[in-house]
Amino acid sequence: MELLFAWLIFGALIGSLGTYLLYEQMGRDPEQGALIGAGVGAAGTLVLLVPLWVYIYREGRQPGYTPKDRQPLESRHYARIALYTILILMTMVYLLPIYTVVSTSLKSPQDAGKLSAVWDLPSSLHWESYKTAIDELGPKIRNSFMLTISATVLSAIMGSLNGYVLAKWKFPGANIVFPLMLFGMFIPYQSILIPLFQFVQDIELGGTIYGLIMAHVVYGLPITTLIFRNYYTEVPTEMIEAGSIDGAGFFGIYRWIVFPLSLPGFVVVIIWQFTQIWNEFLFAVTLTNENSQPITVALALLAGGEAVKWNLPMAGAVLAALPTLVVYIVLGRFFIRGLLAGSVKG
Amino acid sequence: MQLSVERLRRANPDRVFAVLTILPSIILLGIFVYGFIGQTFAWSLTDWSGLEAHADKNYIGLDNYKALFSDFQGFRFRQELVNTFFFTLFFLVGCLVLGFLLAVLLDQNVKGEGFFRTVFLFPMALSFAVTGTIWRWLLNPKGGINVLPELFGGDAWSYSWLNNRKAYEFNWHEVPVTTLLLIIFLLLFAVFQFVWRKKYLASVYMGVPTALLFMWMWSDWATWDTDPTMRGKFNWQNAPQYVVAVIVIGFLLYMVNLLGQGKRRAAWITAIPTAIIFGWYLTGGPDRFPNVPFPEQFGFNLALVGIIIASIWQLSGYTMAMYLAGIRGVPEELREAARVDGCNEWQVYTLIILPMLRPITLSAAIVLGHISLKVFDLIFAIAGTDYLPVSVPGVQVYVTMFRSNKFAVGSAIAVVLLVMVASVIIPYLATSLRAEHEV
Amino acid sequence: MSKRFVSFMIVLTMALLAVVPTFAQDAPSGELEIFSWWAGDEGPALEALIVKYNEMYPDVTVNNATVTGGSGVNARAVLKTRMLGGDPPDSFQVHAGQELIGTWVIADRMEDLTFLFEEEGWMDKFPQGLIDLLSYEGGIWSVPVNIHRSNVMWYVPANLEAWGVSVPASWAEFLEICPTLQANDVTPLVVGENWTVNHLWESVALAELGVDGWNGLWAGEKSWLDDDVVAMWDTFGQILDCSNIDVDAATLSWQQATDAVIAGDAAFNVMGDWAAGYMFTTLGLEPGVGFGWAPSPGTGGVFMMLSDSFGLPKDIKNHDAAVAWLKLLGSQEGQDIFNPLKGSIAGRLDSDLSLYNAYLQSAAADWQMDAVVGSLAHGAVAPESFSSEFATVMEIYLGSRNGMSASNAAQAIANQAGIGG
Repeated sequence: MELLFAWLIFGALIGSLGTYLLYEQMGRDPEQGALIGAGVGAAGTLVLLVPLWVYIYREGRQPGYTPKDRQPLESRHYARIALYTILILMTMVYLLPIYTVVSTSLKSPQDAGKLSAVWDLPSSLHWESYKTAIDELGPKIRNSFMLTISATVLSAIMGSLNGYVLAKWKFPGANIVFPLMLFGMFIPYQSILIPLFQFVQDIELGGTIYGLIMAHVVYGLPITTLIFRNYYTEVPTEMIEAGSIDGAGFFGIYRWIVFPLSLPGFVVVIIWQFTQIWNEFLFAVTLTNENSQPITVALALLAGGEAVKWNLPMAGAVLAALPTLVVYIVLGRFFIRGLLAGSVKG
Repeated sequence: MQLSVERLRRANPDRVFAVLTILPSIILLGIFVYGFIGQTFAWSLTDWSGLEAHADKNYIGLDNYKALFSDFQGFRFRQELVNTFFFTLFFLVGCLVLGFLLAVLLDQNVKGEGFFRTVFLFPMALSFAVTGTIWRWLLNPKGGINVLPELFGGDAWSYSWLNNRKAYEFNWHEVPVTTLLLIIFLLLFAVFQFVWRKKYLASVYMGVPTALLFMWMWSDWATWDTDPTMRGKFNWQNAPQYVVAVIVIGFLLYMVNLLGQGKRRAAWITAIPTAIIFGWYLTGGPDRFPNVPFPEQFGFNLALVGIIIASIWQLSGYTMAMYLAGIRGVPEELREAARVDGCNEWQVYTLIILPMLRPITLSAAIVLGHISLKVFDLIFAIAGTDYLPVSVPGVQVYVTMFRSNKFAVGSAIAVVLLVMVASVIIPYLATSLRAEHEV
Repeated sequence: MSKRFVSFMIVLTMALLAVVPTFAQDAPSGELEIFSWWAGDEGPALEALIVKYNEMYPDVTVNNATVTGGSGVNARAVLKTRMLGGDPPDSFQVHAGQELIGTWVIADRMEDLTFLFEEEGWMDKFPQGLIDLLSYEGGIWSVPVNIHRSNVMWYVPANLEAWGVSVPASWAEFLEICPTLQANDVTPLVVGENWTVNHLWESVALAELGVDGWNGLWAGEKSWLDDDVVAMWDTFGQILDCSNIDVDAATLSWQQATDAVIAGDAAFNVMGDWAAGYMFTTLGLEPGVGFGWAPSPGTGGVFMMLSDSFGLPKDIKNHDAAVAWLKLLGSQEGQDIFNPLKGSIAGRLDSDLSLYNAYLQSAAADWQMDAVVGSLAHGAVAPESFSSEFATVMEIYLGSRNGMSASNAAQAIANQAGIGG
C-alpha cells in the first residue's frame, strides 16, 4: 500500500512540475497548472502503474523474504505502541535530510540561503529552480541515462556469461581466476585512475561517454560475475545435463535453459549496477568533458560554484536522485535479495 | 555433481567455447586491474612530478614511501591514517549495531514494513556527492541540526560539528580511561573467545585493534599525565613500536590457534619469525626505523563525529537489509524451541539469531570496511580538500596528484591505500572461497 | 652566433610579419573551447566576453567549459588530466605568476605569446611588473584579463560607529579593539573555509614582514626559520583568537563570511576584492555606504595582487580562434567589458574608469601608485607544489599553534619546491 502512495506522490510531483512548465510556456497561470497537473499525474500513475505494481509486488514476494504468518509475541498494546513510536521516530530522522533538500529546492533564492531557517517550510512554492535545473541538467541527464543503461546492460550480459561459465563449466585454474577477478571490485579507484585515463586517451575515447562506458563495464564485471555465479550455482546441474543429452551445446544450454531462468539475477544486477554507475563521480569527472559528462559531475558543478543560492543545487540533487530512488522503491524487494547474492559466501 | 562435471568435461568443443567466453573478461580485468595497478606501483617508485609530455621518471626506490611515513611532508598523510582508523572503527560499529536494531524492530510483524524498509534503505541510493552536499549544510554550526530544537521551542545547540580541532579530551584521572580499559578488556575477552572457538581469523582481526588501543594507552599515558593538551592523542614517534607490537600479537594469536588445532609443527615454524621480530624489538629495532623529526600528536578528532553520523545515515540501511534477510532465514522452529527453553524475545535475537548471522556480519563488515578505507567523495563534498581534522588518504591522492602535480607521491599513497584494502579483502576472499570449496 | 644565422632570422621575422596581417584577416571559424572555473556569480563577466567574441567572429562556436567546486581544484584536476592525455582546451584560465610558469611553462605546454604582445602593442599598455610576472626565459606566456587585490579589509561603516571602534591601521591596533568588539558580542574578524585562512595569513605576513621580507621568502633570500617569520606566526595566532576559527569557520564559504560582516555578526573580514563585486552586484550594496574597505592592517601603500590570465596551449585544435580570443581579452574593449562585471580592475593602464564603481576606481588608483607584490594563496609567487602543500603547513599550525613547527614545515616544503634558498 505504502508503495502505491509513494508512486502516487511521485506521479503527482512529475505531473505538476511538467504542467507548471507547460503552462508557463503557454502564458497561462502556472500555479493553477501545477495543481491540475498534480491531479492528472496521480491519476495517470494509478492507471499506468498499478498493474505493474501488482505484478511486481506478487513476483517480489519470495518465500523467506516476507514475514511468516506468525503472531507477534509482544502483543500487549503498549509494546506495539512503543514499537511504532520508535519506528516512526527513526523514519523521521532518516527523512529529515530529504525534507531539507526538497523544501530548500522549493524556496526562493533569498530564503534558501538563510542558515537559521533551514527547517521552515517554503513561504511559497518556487518551481523555477527546477526549471533552471532542468534547463541546465537536461542534456546531462540524457548522458547519464545513455551511460547507465548501456554500461549496465553490457556488464550484465558479460557477467551472466561469465557466471554461467564459472558455475557450470569449471575450467582448470578457475579457482584462481575467480578470486583474482573478484578483487577488482574492492580496489580503490585512485590506484588505477591515471593509467586508466591514459589508456582511454590512447584508444581515442577520451572526453567521450564511450570511454566512461567502457570503464564502468570493466569495473562492473567482478560484481556482475559474482552475482550470476552465485545465482547459477543454485540452478540444478541435472537441468544442464538434460540439455546436453538433448544435444544442446555450450551456447544452446545457455540460450534455452540458463538464460530463461536468469530474470531475477538480471533484476538484481541491474539495480546494483544502475545505482552504482548513476552515482559514480571520480571516473566521470576525469573521463568525460563538457558535452559528455553525466549528471553527478554537472551537479557538483552546480553545487560547487561558490553558490549561495542553495535552492538550485538542491533541486539538481532531487533530479539526480530521482531515477535511483524510483529503482529502489519499485524494485526494493529484489534489492535485498541482491545484497545477499552479492556477498561472497562465507 | 562430480559425475556431471566429468560428463561436461568430455564435451570438448564446448569447454573451449566456455573458456573463450570468459577470456575477454579475464583479459580486460587483467589489464584494467592488475596492469594498471602495476603501472601505478611502478610510478610510485619514481620521482615523477610535473606535467611535461614526456616527464622524467627517475627510479628512486622506496623513497616516496619512506617520506610518507617519516619525513615532514608526510604529516598530512599520517594524520589521515589515524583519521581513517577511527572513522572505520566507529562507522563499522555504528552501522552494524544500528542496522541490527532496525532489523529486529522490523521483524516484529510490523504493518507497513515495506515502507519503513524503503525509508531506511533509500539513503544508499544517493550518491556520496549528494549526501555530502546535504550534510555539509546540516552540520553547519549556525543552522541545520543545531537549530532543530528551535522548532520545538528550545534553544539552538552550539555544537561545532565539523569545525572542531579538539581531539577527544582524555583525562587520565577521570572516567574515560576506565571506559578505555573496559573496551580493551571486552575486546580481549572477544579475542580469547575466538581463540577458544578456533576462529583464528576473527581473533586476529579483533586482536589488532585491541593491541593498537592498548599500545596507545600504554606508551602515551605518561605524557597525558603531565601535559593536559596531549590527552587523547598519541605520538607518531611511537608508531613503529605500535606496529611491531601488533605484528607480534598477531603472530602469537595465530600460533595459539595452530596449537589449538593440534598443528604443532606449523606453530613452531610460526614461532621463528615471531621470535626474530620480538628480538629485533627488544634490541631497540624500532628506534633505528626512520622516524619523524619531532613529536607529532594525533588523536580522535571530534570533527569526525559529524562525518561518521552522515555515513552511518547513508549505509545503516544496508546492514539493516542484510540482517533482516538473514533473520528471515532463521527457521521459526528454532525460535520456538528457544522460547520453550525460557528465552525472552530479546534473548532469542541476541543469543540464538545473532550468532547464526555471523557470516552476514562478517561480509557486511568487509563491504563497509573497504568502503570506509577508500572513502573519498563523501569527505570531499562535506569538508573540501584541505580540512585536515577529517581528511583521509583518498582525498590526499587527488590533491597531491592534481594540485601539487606530484604524481609519484600520489601513486605511492594510492598504493598504500590499496595495501590497506587488500589486507582486509584478501584473507576474507581466501577463507570464504576455501570454505565454499570444502562444502 | 653567425652573421648568416642572424640575417636569416631577420629575413624570417620579416617574412612572418608580412604574413601576419593576411593571416589575421582570415576570419577564424570552427569551435573554440574555453576552460575556466567561473560559474555562478562569476559567470556573467565571461559570458559577456563570449557574446562580444561571437559578434566579432560569428563563424566560431564557443564552448564555455567550466568546472567548478573545491575553489578551482576540480577544474585543475580536469585540466591536468586533459593535458596529460593530449587533449588541451583551446585556451584556459590560469593565475598569472608561478601557477602559470611553475606548472605549465616549465612543462613546455604553452606557446610563447611575445608575438601577440608586440603585434598588438601591449608592451607599454600593461605595467612592467605584471608583464614580468607573466614572463619566463624571455617569453611572455599568457594574457592577463584582470587584477584583483588580496589585502583588503571589509567592514560596514555604520556598524563600526555603533560599536565605537575605528578601522585599525595595524594588527596591534586590531588586537587592542578586539576585546571591545567581543564585549559587544561581535566576532572581530570572520574567516571561512581553509583557503580563506591562508588568504588572511598572507595579509598578516605581508604586514609583519614588510615588502622586502615577503618578496625575500619567495626569492629564496629569506629563511622561514628567521626570528621575524616565527614571531609572525604568534601574531597570526593572536589574530585568530579574535576570530571565529574555532566556531564555524570551516563550514563557511567566503560569501557566507562576507554575509556575517554585512549582517553585523562580525566586524571585519579580510578577503580579496571579488568580495566588493559580491556586495555590489549580488547584494546590491552601495560602495562606501553599505560596505567600506581599507588596506588590511599594516599594508597601506602595498598592493598584493593576483591576476587571472588566459594562455595558449600547444597542440590545440583551433589555433586561429584561440589567438583571436586572446586578442579580445587583452584589448581595452575586452577588458572593460569583463572587469566591471567581474568586480576587478583591468590589467591595462588605459581602461575607461567611468565604467567602474567607486571601489574599483579607488583600487585602480592604488594599482598605479602602490608597491606591488604577488599573492601566495592565489598562485602568483610560489609554484603549485608549494602553495598546495602550504595548506598542510596551515593545518599543522592550527593543530599545534606552534610557530616553530609551522615554519619548519614551510621551510621543508620550500626546499622541496626549489624556493628554499
